[in-house]
Order: sequence, then structure tokens, then C-alpha cells
Amino acid sequence: MIYFDKVSKIYKDQSVALEDVTITISPGEFVSIVGHSGAGKTTLLKMLMVEEKPTSGKVFFESIDVQTLRGKEIPSYRRRIGVVFQDFKLLPNKTAYENVAFAMEAAGRSDEEIASDVPHALELVDLGMKRWNFPRELSGGERQRVAIARSIINQPDILIADEPTGNLDPINTQEIIQILKKINDLGTTVILTTHNKGVIDSLGKRVVTMENGRISRDDEKGRYVM
Amino acid sequence: MIGTDLRRIIKAGITNFWRTGTVSLSSIFIFTTTLYFLGSLIFLQALLDYTLTQIKDRVDVNTYFTTSTDESQILSIKKRLEELPEVSSVKYTSRDESLEQFKKRHENDYLTLQALDELGDNPLGASLNIKAKDPSQYEAIVRFLQSDSLGAQSSGIIDKINYNQNKSVIDRLSSIIDGSRKIGFALAFALAILSVLISFNTIRLVIYISREEIGIMQLVGANDSYVRGPFIVGGILYGVFSAIFALILFVPTTIWVGKTTTNFFGGINIFDYYLSNFFEIFFILILSGALLGAISSVLAVRKYLK
Repeated sequence: MIYFDKVSKIYKDQSVALEDVTITISPGEFVSIVGHSGAGKTTLLKMLMVEEKPTSGKVFFESIDVQTLRGKEIPSYRRRIGVVFQDFKLLPNKTAYENVAFAMEAAGRSDEEIASDVPHALELVDLGMKRWNFPRELSGGERQRVAIARSIINQPDILIADEPTGNLDPINTQEIIQILKKINDLGTTVILTTHNKGVIDSLGKRVVTMENGRISRDDEKGRYVM
Repeated sequence: MIGTDLRRIIKAGITNFWRTGTVSLSSIFIFTTTLYFLGSLIFLQALLDYTLTQIKDRVDVNTYFTTSTDESQILSIKKRLEELPEVSSVKYTSRDESLEQFKKRHENDYLTLQALDELGDNPLGASLNIKAKDPSQYEAIVRFLQSDSLGAQSSGIIDKINYNQNKSVIDRLSSIIDGSRKIGFALAFALAILSVLISFNTIRLVIYISREEIGIMQLVGANDSYVRGPFIVGGILYGVFSAIFALILFVPTTIWVGKTTTNFFGGINIFDYYLSNFFEIFFILILSGALLGAISSVLAVRKYLK
């Protein structure tokens, strides 16, 4: 259960990123957050990742008040959340395999676990053949699939996908969304932000619409309405 | 668990070092220059030390005794002088030896030799050649010789001490030696700091290039030491490789410079010095390289660890 309680974020220059946002996301849900650039979608996700702190209000993940996490507790907290970004954020000097393995190493998993799980995750995103390629040798869609494999390798409770299809063509976009759906079907909560109307309409899942830092709509089985 | 982490960190550091070939190579180039510089300071210090010792060795004080002084009296003074902590050595020259030396010095000066022959008796007194441990201590030694405690001056056996005529030269030499020490040290210190700053900036640049990677590692859930580790390993590798390159570069340099230093500094061949002190220099350079790389990495990564 994720719970944002009257969360506001006001920057030093008085610009408002979030204003009085309250939202609950249940375990196993697939929630899409839509809105124009600057509507506050990414800020919301960053708060869940403890990358930013709210000016007022609280963010809870299960019983954890996220803000109260101390520096040393943050890494292990973050391992419970998988993240996929628009710009992939892969480590450029590591192969596809090593990128995925790194997340497991960081979590302190054994060599045996890594050797058995990583190939499996890469197969899941259909990249078994390209496991020894570096990110620069992969297409945008392939890079995003590596990022997804990395994000789920530690079996996180939540998968955050921040505009994951922003840099991809329609075919790759559909493939990525299918993978996200599959992950959600296996029980992981998925939070997706996107500008892509087609994606939202084809999903038929919960849609939260944001405007100027506020939640303007929250529809069960929603459509892209802006 | 700690062992596994350490193994992974070292492996990641080495892999990264090879894969970022161009960056590693340019860092090694700058590090090599730095370490070459630091090594040169060691050689410079050795040259300076050697030269100063040579100069110091040439400073001495001669005490001449009257011709009538008993050898036993002089030897007892010699013994007492040797007991002084300031004195490094005392050499006794008997009357006969003085005469021999005088004759040898003037062997082509027929007139002088003839005059000596006409005298019949040996006009030269015995002497003590005294060397102090430090040029600044001559004054104290001379004061001791002239003091009544020795009983020599009062009984009139000391004919002459050549300290006063040498005094100004000895004083100047003392201050030059002192000054060169201080300047040498200040220079070495300033240059060492400068090269450390250059290396630090190099590493900072390398890590600046990787700042996004640091952020990604953190987002994936890596803790700080796991993020920092491979960069420290990389920094150490830069240092060690650069030290090896600098050590190799010193071979042709010292051979080339060696010839000049032998002639100029009166005896020390810098190449021989390099060979006989190789292991010491090896360890100094490898250690300072590794330490420089590691510390620079720790400081540089800290900036990007949020």
C-alpha cells in the first residue's frame, strides 16, 4: 500500500510542483499517471524514491514513513522498488548481463543466485541472445528491456516506469507495455507515467490525471482525458 | 559477505579501468607526470644533500702548536677534543709530517726549499686538524681550545688557530647550507602540493564523467561504499601504473643526467644512486601513486553521493 497524504512540494523560487496531493495505491494495482510536462508526475515518483522530500505532507510505503528513512536505510528501501526511466539509465560500461547483475550484487545476492536469475530475466524480456552487448550496441527498445529486466530482478514490490516509452517507436512501445502488464499480472504493483494516449486507452486500467501539481481526475478503468 | 563485496568491487574497478581505456590512459599520463616530478624531487634532494656534505667536509679548523710543544701534550689535547660531542674528527700532524708536506707542496719552489735548508732546524710546529659535525659548531670548539680549562693557551703552546681567518667563510657557508636546506624543503613541499592538486583534479574530472553512473547505482539500491569502491580501485590502478611508467622513465633520464652530475656535483652519479636506492624509490612512488589515486577518488566521489 502506497499512501500520499496531503503532499505539497514548493521550491525555493516559490514554484509549486505539487499541491495537496492525496492518493492511495493498493498492492498489485496498475496505475497510470498522466498529465502535461510539469504537472508534477515525476516529482510524485521521486518522493516515493526518496530523491526529493515534500515541503509538507507525508508519503507512506506500507507502514514506512518514507521521509524518516535515514541515509543508510535508503539503499535497502530502494531495492524494494524497481525503476524504469525514459532515458534507460543503464551503466554504459557494463554489458546487458552486468547491468542486470549489478542490481543483484548491490542487494548482496550470491554468485549462484545471480548466475541463475539474470539469464532468466533477460529471457523474459527477450534479450537472451544479446546479453553480452553493451548498451551502445543495443537499440532503444532493447535498452529499455534491459532496464526492465534490471528493475524486476530483485522481485520488487513496486515497479515505477517513468515515461518508459517516451523514446520508443510504436512497436517497441507496445512490447514494453506488454512486458509491464505481464509483470503486473505476476503481482507487482506498477506505476506508469506517460504522455501516450494510445497506451493509456489500450490498457483499460486506473488512470490518475494531474494538472498544475494537483490531481484533477482519478478514474478506475480510465481513458486519457486532457 | 564482506569478502564477496570486496571481490566484486575489485573486479568492477579493474573491468572499468580497461573498458574506459582512453580516460584511463590520459589519467595515467597525468599521474605519470606527477610521479615523475615527485621522483625528481627525491633525486634533487639527494644531489643537494651530497653536495652540502661535500662542502661541509671541506671546512675545518687547524690548530698549530709551537715547535717546542711535546707530542704527548698535543695528543692529550687531541684526546680531550675527541671527547667533545661537537667534534667529528681530529687529525694529528707531527712536526716531521708537516715538514714533509711543506716540502712536497713546494717541490718546484727551489728558493723556499733552499731557505729551509739554511735554517737547519725544522721551523714547523705540529698541528691538529679538527672537523666539526656541523659548521656552526666551530666557534664553540675554538672557544674550548682558547679557554683556560684546557690549560694550553695559558702555557703558550698554541701558536695559532686559523679559525678567525676562516670565520667569515665558515659563517657564510653555514648560512648557505641552512638556506639551501630551507629553500629546498619549501620548494619540494610546494611542488608536491601542486602535483597532488593536479592529480586530484584529474580524478575529479574522471569521476565527473561518471557522475550519472553514480546516480544510477544509487537508484538501483547500491550503498555508498559499493558505489565508491570501484572508483577507489580505479584510482589505485592509475597510481600504480603511473608509478611503474615513471620508474621506467627514470632509467634513461638518470643515465643521461648522471654524466653531468658526476662532473658538476663532484662525484655523485645519479644513475648509480637510482640503482642503489631503487627499491626505496620504487616503494615511495608506488605508495604515493596509490594513495594519491585512492584519496582523490574518495574525495571526488563524495560530491556525487547524495
